[in-house]
Amino acid sequence: MGASKVIHALYTDDDVLMSAVKTVKAAKHHIEEVYTPFPVHGLDKAMGLAPTRIAIAAFMYGCVGLTVAITMMNFIMIEDWPQNIGGKPSFSYIENMPAFVPIMFELTVFFAAHLMVITFYLRSRMWPFKNAENPDPRTTDDHFLMEISVHDNEKQLKTLLTKTGAVEVHVIEKEAH
Amino acid sequence: MYTFSKRLKITSLVLIIVGAIGWISSYNSSHHLSLEDVKLLLAEEDAHHGSSETHDSAEAHDDAKAHAAMIHASIEDDHHQEEAHHGDEHAEHVLHQMHNRPYAALYVAAFFFMMISLGVLAFYGIQYAAQAGWSPVLFRVMEAITYYLLPGALIVLGIGLWAGDHLFIWMDPEVVAHDELIQGKSGWLNKTWFAIRGLIFITGWSLYRYFSRKFSLAQDLADVNDNSNFKKNFRISAAFLVFYIYTESMMSWDWIMSVDPHWFSTLFGWYVFASMFVSGITVIALITIYLKAKGLMEFVNDSHLHDLAKFMFAISVFWTYLWFSQFMLIWYANIPEEVTYFITRIEDYKLPFFGMLILNFIFPFLVLMNSDYKRVPWFIVMAGIVILFGHYIDVFNMIMPATVGDRWFIGVPEISAVLFFLGLFLLVVFYALSKAPLLPKGNPFIKESEQFHY
Repeated sequence: MGASKVIHALYTDDDVLMSAVKTVKAAKHHIEEVYTPFPVHGLDKAMGLAPTRIAIAAFMYGCVGLTVAITMMNFIMIEDWPQNIGGKPSFSYIENMPAFVPIMFELTVFFAAHLMVITFYLRSRMWPFKNAENPDPRTTDDHFLMEISVHDNEKQLKTLLTKTGAVEVHVIEKEAH
Repeated sequence: MYTFSKRLKITSLVLIIVGAIGWISSYNSSHHLSLEDVKLLLAEEDAHHGSSETHDSAEAHDDAKAHAAMIHASIEDDHHQEEAHHGDEHAEHVLHQMHNRPYAALYVAAFFFMMISLGVLAFYGIQYAAQAGWSPVLFRVMEAITYYLLPGALIVLGIGLWAGDHLFIWMDPEVVAHDELIQGKSGWLNKTWFAIRGLIFITGWSLYRYFSRKFSLAQDLADVNDNSNFKKNFRISAAFLVFYIYTESMMSWDWIMSVDPHWFSTLFGWYVFASMFVSGITVIALITIYLKAKGLMEFVNDSHLHDLAKFMFAISVFWTYLWFSQFMLIWYANIPEEVTYFITRIEDYKLPFFGMLILNFIFPFLVLMNSDYKRVPWFIVMAGIVILFGHYIDVFNMIMPATVGDRWFIGVPEISAVLFFLGLFLLVVFYALSKAPLLPKGNPFIKESEQFHY
C-alpha cells in the first residue's frame, strides 16, 4: 500500500480536546492516537479505551513474591539446616513464621512493584535510547494533538475537525510500518 | 428527612428484651452455682479427660514416665497431702471464672458498641479537621452514630465499676494486699481514679460531639456567606483530635488492658484505636447503604461507597499491622512477663485468636481489593458484617482470657448481651437520624461532596 494519510488536529485546551474527542467519536471516526502534555482526566473513557489490567498483573506478581519468600525460607531455615538460633523453633515453618513475615511482606511488595513497572515499560514500549514517537514537540508543552487516519474522506474530516475548535489541522503522509 | 420506621423500632425493642431476658437468666444460673456444683463438674470433666488421655499417652510417655518416676516418688508423699487442699483452690478458681462470665459477656458487648461510636467520632473529627470534600454528605449519619457515645460510654464505665473485681482483679483489695506488682501500680489503678478518669474522657468526647452537632445544625440555618459555624467546627475538631488521641490511649489502658494488670504493651492504645476506627467506618457504610436503599440518600453515589470501602480495606490492613507488630515483638523477645498474655490466648483461644485474623484481615483484604467490588453495595455489606464480627471477636479476645480463662464459650450470655446492645444501638442511632435532615446543606463543601466522583 505504501504511504497512508493521517490527519493531525491540534488543540490548545484540554476541555476543547475532550469535546472534540466526543464529537469525532459520535461521527464514528476512529481515533488513532491522542498526544497530551499531561494526563487529561476522563480522556480514556471518552476515547473508549479498554481499562488497564496492570493491577491484576501486579496482584499475580505479588503472589509470586510471597511464594518465593515462603519457599526460600522454608528451604533455608527449616529443611536445609534447621539450627537452633537463639531458641527460635525451627521444627516447622508455621512455628517460626512470625519471624519470616517481614521478609514475606517485603518480597511480596518488591515483586509486585518491580514486575509491574517492568510490565508497564514493556507494554507501553518504553526503554532507554528509544526514539520519541510524538509527532509534534509542542504536545509535550502546551498543545494537544488528535490523530485520525484518512480513508478518502479528507475534506469531510477537515471541516469536522475545524468545527471542533482545532487551532491547526494538517494532513500528513505517513510511512506504513 | 428520615422518620424512624415502626418496624425498626419494634425490631430494636425486641432485640433489647430478648437480650435482657437471655442475659439475666444466664446471670442468675451462673450465680446459683456453688463450690459443690463446680467440684462435681470438674470431677465429671476429669473422668472424661482422664480416660482418653491414658489411651493416647500410655506408650508415648513410657520412657519419660520411667525417668520421672524416681523424682516423683520422692515428692509424692508431700503432694498427696496438698492435693485435697489444692483441689479446693482449683474449684474456687473455676467458680470465679464461671461467675465472671456474664459480667464479661456484657462488658465485651457494651464496649464493642461504644467503640463503634467512638471510632466514628474520631473519623468525623478527622473529616472536619482535614476539610474533606467527599464526606460532608455522610455527616448526618456520623452524627447519628456518635449520639450513642454518651449513653454507651457511661454504660461501659458503669458496668466496669459495678462488676468490679469480676472484671478487674485490681479492684479486689484482697488480691492487691498479696500482690506487690498491683500495689506498685495502685497509684493509677484504683477505683476512685478509674471512675474520675472515665468521667473525664466521657465528658470531653461528649462535649465535642454536642458542640459539633450544634454547629453543624446551625450551619444549615445560617446565611450562605456565613461559614462561622463551620470554622468553629473546624477548630474544635482539631482540638478534639488532640484530646482524643490521649484519652483513647488512656481509656484503652483503663478499660481493657487493666483486666490483665500484670501485663502491659506500649502500642495497645493504637491497636484498640485501629479496631474501633475500622468498625466505626464499617457501620457508617452499612447505615448509609441502608438509607440509600430506602431512597433517602440519593445524593450518596457509588464513589462515596467506594471511598468508605477503601477506608474499610486500608484500616483493616492497619489493624493487622498493629496486631502483628504487638504479637511478633512479644513472641520474638519471649520475655516471660509479657509473653504469658499470648500463651493463654494461643492455648485456650486458638480459634478466636487466629480466626479473627481471617475475619479481620484475609477476608476484607481479598474481597475489598478489587476496585469494582468496592462499589457494589452487597459486597460492602458482606465484608462489613464479617469485619464487625471479627472486631467483636477481637474485643472478646482482649477481655475474656483475663476473666473467664479457658471457661469461654460464645453462648447465651454473650449472644444475649450482643443482642441487647445491638437493639439499644439501633434505637439510639436511628432516633438521632430522625432528628435532622439527612443532607447538611449549609456545609461549605456540600456541593463538592454531592458531585464527588472517583
